[in-house]
Amino acid sequence: MSVRVYVPGDAGALSVGAEEVARAIALEGARRGEAPEIVRNGSRGAYWLEPMVEVATASGRVAYGPVTAADVPGLFSANFLKGSPHALHLGPAESLPWFAGQQRLTFERVGIVDPASVADYVKHGGYQGLSQALSMGGAQVVQAITASGLRGRGGAAFPTGIKWKTVLEQPAGRKYVTCNADEGDSGTFSDRMLMEGDPFTLIEGMTIAGVAVGAAQGYIYLRAEYPHAHRALKAAIAAAYQARYLGPDVAGSGKRFDLEVRLGAGAYICGEETSMLESLEGKRGEVRVRPPLPAIKGLFGQPTIVNNVVTLATVPWILAHGAEAYANFGTGKSRGTLPIQLAGNIKRGGLVERAFGLTLRELLYDYGGGSASGRPIRTVQIGGPLGAYVPASQFDTPVDYEALSAIGALLGHGGIVAFDDTVDMARMARYAMEFCAIESCGKCTPCRIGSTRGMEVIDRILAGTDGERNVQLLEELCDTMVQGSLCGLGGMAPFPVQSALKHFREDFRARSQA
Amino acid sequence: MQTLNSGDTETIRRIVAELKGRPGPLLEVLHGVQGALGYVPAAAVPLVAEGLNISRAEVHGVVTFYHYFRHSPPGAHMVSLCQAESCQAQGAEALASHARRRLGVDFNQTTADGRFTLEPIYCLGNCACSPAAMIDGRLHGRVTPERFDALIAEQRK
Repeated sequence: MSVRVYVPGDAGALSVGAEEVARAIALEGARRGEAPEIVRNGSRGAYWLEPMVEVATASGRVAYGPVTAADVPGLFSANFLKGSPHALHLGPAESLPWFAGQQRLTFERVGIVDPASVADYVKHGGYQGLSQALSMGGAQVVQAITASGLRGRGGAAFPTGIKWKTVLEQPAGRKYVTCNADEGDSGTFSDRMLMEGDPFTLIEGMTIAGVAVGAAQGYIYLRAEYPHAHRALKAAIAAAYQARYLGPDVAGSGKRFDLEVRLGAGAYICGEETSMLESLEGKRGEVRVRPPLPAIKGLFGQPTIVNNVVTLATVPWILAHGAEAYANFGTGKSRGTLPIQLAGNIKRGGLVERAFGLTLRELLYDYGGGSASGRPIRTVQIGGPLGAYVPASQFDTPVDYEALSAIGALLGHGGIVAFDDTVDMARMARYAMEFCAIESCGKCTPCRIGSTRGMEVIDRILAGTDGERNVQLLEELCDTMVQGSLCGLGGMAPFPVQSALKHFREDFRARSQA
Repeated sequence: MQTLNSGDTETIRRIVAELKGRPGPLLEVLHGVQGALGYVPAAAVPLVAEGLNISRAEVHGVVTFYHYFRHSPPGAHMVSLCQAESCQAQGAEALASHARRRLGVDFNQTTADGRFTLEPIYCLGNCACSPAAMIDGRLHGRVTPERFDALIAEQRK
């Protein structure tokens, strides 16, 4: 039997040469008459080690990385198919300090299973949650989700069980389960990793949601910037239909659940739930006024669950292991684990899934290893382009919803972007306004006009025109946008600006013309 | 407004006919059109509107709302550079300046020989390998100016 070798097919791994490595392994193996079986798994999330190749040996999987195509002949000569030593030999991936402290629940299978195989998914514990859910009945499933303390991982952190309960309580009829896979925040990639590395977990989570609240149709709203995830989802959905986990008779239960992927078209605002629903209906992605809530009047005017990828992908674990097991992780009102993404100027970037409560410092230095440039980390932006900049003096803040909120920051989708001390915070503030201007849906004035005026005011500050007065004007403008905008885009775009003004005011000064 | 050749007209009609029965089909139809023609020509708007029995204004409104839909034919190769925060922290601006110089175009322009269209993009989800770029749907990470030149040279072959 040929040896099994894992070479990630994850977009991030491909972006640094995984395809070339897979091809080189196939070629070199064939040349030597010891062609291994190559599985294209997801990434385990240690991106500085990508492409990370794993070999299945008698004593478990042995990792090598980062591997280039040029390393491949040497790996064969060193007998890597038996897990033998080599300069790139890392040992079992789980033994790396990066993984040793992690608590992978939602991501338990990502990077481990073959994302194209239902059989492999089931072998690794997949569809146990669905089988539990089918034996429990809708109200009990919703109760379990509520008891687990799971909150929306897309950014708003709304209790998932409450959303589901509202949809469940609507009269029987056409209902929908929609997944928000419009992961547009810079510094975030957990949705992408999960969809590429373990898509069945998302499919199972959506199926459980459908069965629980009586919805027979699901949609995944995927951003167009994720072609790899699109392919992975389409393949997995087809495989799930084939295995009868989707369709008219889900897992022999007599219940129907159909699932389809719909592509977005490059609009950040469509990550906002009502705007996403408009877009799913094929319209301009303008936000809706709430109420009515989507849970009551959502897609095509019907009761609709809207949850993020990670939220839905956590559901199978909760059902399989029990609500209490999940709630035992975490701290205060932040229960469970969070897949945190380390990005930007960081030495060891990637995905860390841990219970809520570890500090930013632990993340940035113990996991991240400090900045990639070797210079001091001056600030991090948490929660995407609408998230606040947190200065180094606050790096001992624990990562949970309440603790970050207490320092005026927000956790959002769990992305942390590090900047070293060469960062110009006035320019980052300007970028926040610029981004809002590019992405504003245009429906409300504070966002549409305020963002452009914000850019102009910052330009005047940088040009040395009436500095003090314009800084004050900028602060007032931020207040107006926060108070007056219809949704989170205009309402939160000032957060990075306000935090930059608060912590890095010295950067808001006239520049000599370059 | 440019008129469409009969082949393109036929293609658009076929796409509309295939998708019109689906719920909320307009975005799907526009993806289909751009997938087939490389962009959404203005002349496609009345065809799509008629096929879906909605107003031209509605179709035009949707086409122009989304950054992804192009209104003119792109170059032979699409080069997208991520300009979001994570990539900025790793030199995206310098890379963008280099790319503009190298290709001799600004963002959202196509080179005179029609080979390359350069565009900014806001997050490719490759933030642990910043700065990121996408060329014809292929994702690239840790893109230095040297690597960018090599990738462009590869396309020129």
